[in-house]
Amino acid sequence: MGDMFRSEKMALCQLFIQPEAAYASIAELGEKGCVQFRDLNEEVSAFQRKYVNEVRRCDDMERRLRYVESEMKKDEVKLPVLRPEEEPIAPNPREIVDLEAQLEKTDNELREMSANGASLDANFRHMQELKYVLENTEGFFSDQEVINLDVNRKLDPEDPANLPGAAQRGQLAFVAGVIKLERFFSFERMLWRISRGNIFLRRADIDGLVADEETGRPVLKTVFVAFFQGEQLKQRIKKVCTGYHAAVYPCPSSHAERKEMIKDVNVRLEDLKLVLSQSADHRSRVLNSASKHLPRWSIMVRKMKAIYHILNFFNPDVTGKCLIGEGWVPTNDISTVQDALARASKISESSIPAFMNVIETNEMPPTYTRTNKFTNGFQNLVDSYGMASYREVNPALYACITFPFLFAVMFGDLGHGLILLLFASWLIIKEKQLSSIKEEIFNIFFGGRYIIFLMGIFSIYTGFIYNDVFSKSMNIFGSAWHMNYTRDVVEDENLKYITLRPNDTVYKTYPFGMDPIWQLADNKIIFLNTFKMKLSIIVGVIHMIFGVSMSVVNFAYYKKYASIFLEFLPQVLFLLLLFGYMVFMMFFKWVVYNDTVEGPLSPACAPSILILFINMILQGSQDTPEPCKEFMFDGQKSIQQVFVVVAIICIPWMLLGKPLYIMIKRKTNGAPPPKPQSGGGEGHGEDDEMGEIFIHQAIHTIEYVLSTVSHTASYLRLWALSLAHAQLSEVLWNMVFSMGFKYDSYIGGILIYVFFGAWALLTVGILVLIEGLSAFLHTLRLHWVEFMSKFYEGAGYAFEPFAFKTILDVSEDD
Amino acid sequence: MGAAFFPVLFFTALWGGVGIAMPIMTPKGPHQNLIRCILMLTAACCWLFWLCCYMAQMNPLIGPKLKRDVVAMIGRSWNNPIVAG
Repeated sequence: MGDMFRSEKMALCQLFIQPEAAYASIAELGEKGCVQFRDLNEEVSAFQRKYVNEVRRCDDMERRLRYVESEMKKDEVKLPVLRPEEEPIAPNPREIVDLEAQLEKTDNELREMSANGASLDANFRHMQELKYVLENTEGFFSDQEVINLDVNRKLDPEDPANLPGAAQRGQLAFVAGVIKLERFFSFERMLWRISRGNIFLRRADIDGLVADEETGRPVLKTVFVAFFQGEQLKQRIKKVCTGYHAAVYPCPSSHAERKEMIKDVNVRLEDLKLVLSQSADHRSRVLNSASKHLPRWSIMVRKMKAIYHILNFFNPDVTGKCLIGEGWVPTNDISTVQDALARASKISESSIPAFMNVIETNEMPPTYTRTNKFTNGFQNLVDSYGMASYREVNPALYACITFPFLFAVMFGDLGHGLILLLFASWLIIKEKQLSSIKEEIFNIFFGGRYIIFLMGIFSIYTGFIYNDVFSKSMNIFGSAWHMNYTRDVVEDENLKYITLRPNDTVYKTYPFGMDPIWQLADNKIIFLNTFKMKLSIIVGVIHMIFGVSMSVVNFAYYKKYASIFLEFLPQVLFLLLLFGYMVFMMFFKWVVYNDTVEGPLSPACAPSILILFINMILQGSQDTPEPCKEFMFDGQKSIQQVFVVVAIICIPWMLLGKPLYIMIKRKTNGAPPPKPQSGGGEGHGEDDEMGEIFIHQAIHTIEYVLSTVSHTASYLRLWALSLAHAQLSEVLWNMVFSMGFKYDSYIGGILIYVFFGAWALLTVGILVLIEGLSAFLHTLRLHWVEFMSKFYEGAGYAFEPFAFKTILDVSEDD
Repeated sequence: MGAAFFPVLFFTALWGGVGIAMPIMTPKGPHQNLIRCILMLTAACCWLFWLCCYMAQMNPLIGPKLKRDVVAMIGRSWNNPIVAG
């Protein structure tokens, strides 16, 4: 059997590699992605492994790369996106030294520039604040001129009347600085307290935002000047300024000196601007130069680190001349691995080629199913439920069709299916462009684009069968029903409804799909419900029989032939004799009962299959009026009794068959008389195991019998969701879009446009997206629980090969 | 009995072709068996679905219940004239 029917054969391989060729060998295997290495040094801690120093060097390089990348993000330098063909291979050890030196140089250069830049920025800020102080205090001092604040101004000896006051006022001192606006008010209150009100404080806000020295965030700041008397008060004020992180700046009291200082500060600011600009240019050049190489460097370092990580799994040979590694390899890929090893030996010019042995083992191999972009989505659905046991039958193969088909049975509408098809086609046609999008929800849709594509196609098909296009029908082949009433009857005002009878002799079944007349009928739901319920049970029972049959394939493969007779046979008999028989009754009723005859086969006498089935199980009966008969055909009662008896026999058959077989088999194998001591122990173990086996089989049997009943009922969701979907679609049409048809002239045209927009939005939003998701989840449950529980063990673990592609994808997600 | 031989034969032959003939003609390749399985399952599912719908309408036990204006409209539009008289 070919693709996907069961997981790949896996071989446990032992690799013998020369140490000098080891790096290149693992590099080649990483590109291929065919080997899942086993850690042969689990008991060795990470710090005691052979290549711990190399891993540390890679960590160091990664740290430098992250630093450079963060600096690029700060400066908004764009990194080029590597195309897959541009991706570099793992560097060889000689290239590693060069790469390390290059990274170190770039890293150091950037760090130095950052430190210098920070220093220059701080200087720049200080100069700016000083400038603000000098400019804003000009007003303060001009105001104070009249009180003769300037201590340098000589007193006029000719005016003796002012001498005492002038002398006293001349002793006023001041402190000028910059403080955050948010702190100014508490700062002001503190100054008042320490000086007991003997202080004069003036303030001027700095326009715009200034970068805060501590956090770098923009803040509002204000210039202040405090006038006071006495040296002691000056010391206190300076302490308060320090406590409030206010920057105090020297400020000459004379106007001329201030002018001179402002000029000097401006010159220095211009110089600093020039230096800052040149530094920024240089930094930009360095970052742009590094950005050309950074993606390649990142990939190279990651590959390097991954290689050394794998090499740490290896064991040195006792002679120290080669490294021994073990790993799982798909059998079909053994030649690929051998070719990779040969190529690596050639590259590293190793004298002795690496080689690989296949080891026999009883361990269960990992499960690996080879998929392509089409089957990958379906395989993911199955793996979400449980990873298949090794070489177990893979339900994903059949889910490729049964999944979209069951979805379509629920979702069936030609218009909605077309929407799904168009959306999926867009995803598939734009596959290459869209595959680079990293948004999570979009990726879920994109990963399932082939599932959506098939769901769309099958929904179109079931839309044809249901004859449902946005809740409207198409009349392609001509309705089977004829208007055999006269005009008088049709025009009779007293009649509200006219019911056509199927006993028309010219009635011919509508050949493909549902007759369009039912869309116009008021008893549409009654008719469609009987059809869809039967359809659900028919599809469901066949699906379950198919699932139970899969267990034969598993039993045959694992050579558990006894289970075919002891487990599969009673299971399938139970299912067929009860529910398969129910399906038969459905088809029989469709064929035999009709409206063209009188008597037992007329519609009035058609029995309810559900009641028949219940009476079959419970050995009940019901009275039927003449000329009707209780049973569909002669001898049905006897047949049903036989079926029920056999089905009941199947239950202990499932329950006891396998444990008894195992018990007998063990007794046969245990025929030689054991020693008394070991005999006792053996008996004890055997008793426990037999008890466990009986309990396990009892649970399994109960689960199967009960689940056969409940799963059959569970498939009725196919009818329920189909009904809900069709009715919602009809409600949208009747209550939204039809509203636009009720008006005339130009207003009518405008309203149709408006209502169509609303109807279209609701159709896509509710019927396609929400109803589609609902149908999807129900389909998923029908596969996981109703179908796969019949045969699927799902006790395996996934094959996770050492592959650079996987490692790089994971790194990108981080 | 409203069933006719032609539709049954036609659709059975159609899906039989998809499910039997096309798998036989599938060209050899790495995905030959996958394609065969897909064709057979598609044919089986679609044929079964069509068959159930067809059989459900072969001998309908109830007829459609229509409003009088619907009957008149059908008589006019569907080439299904009302009997005169």
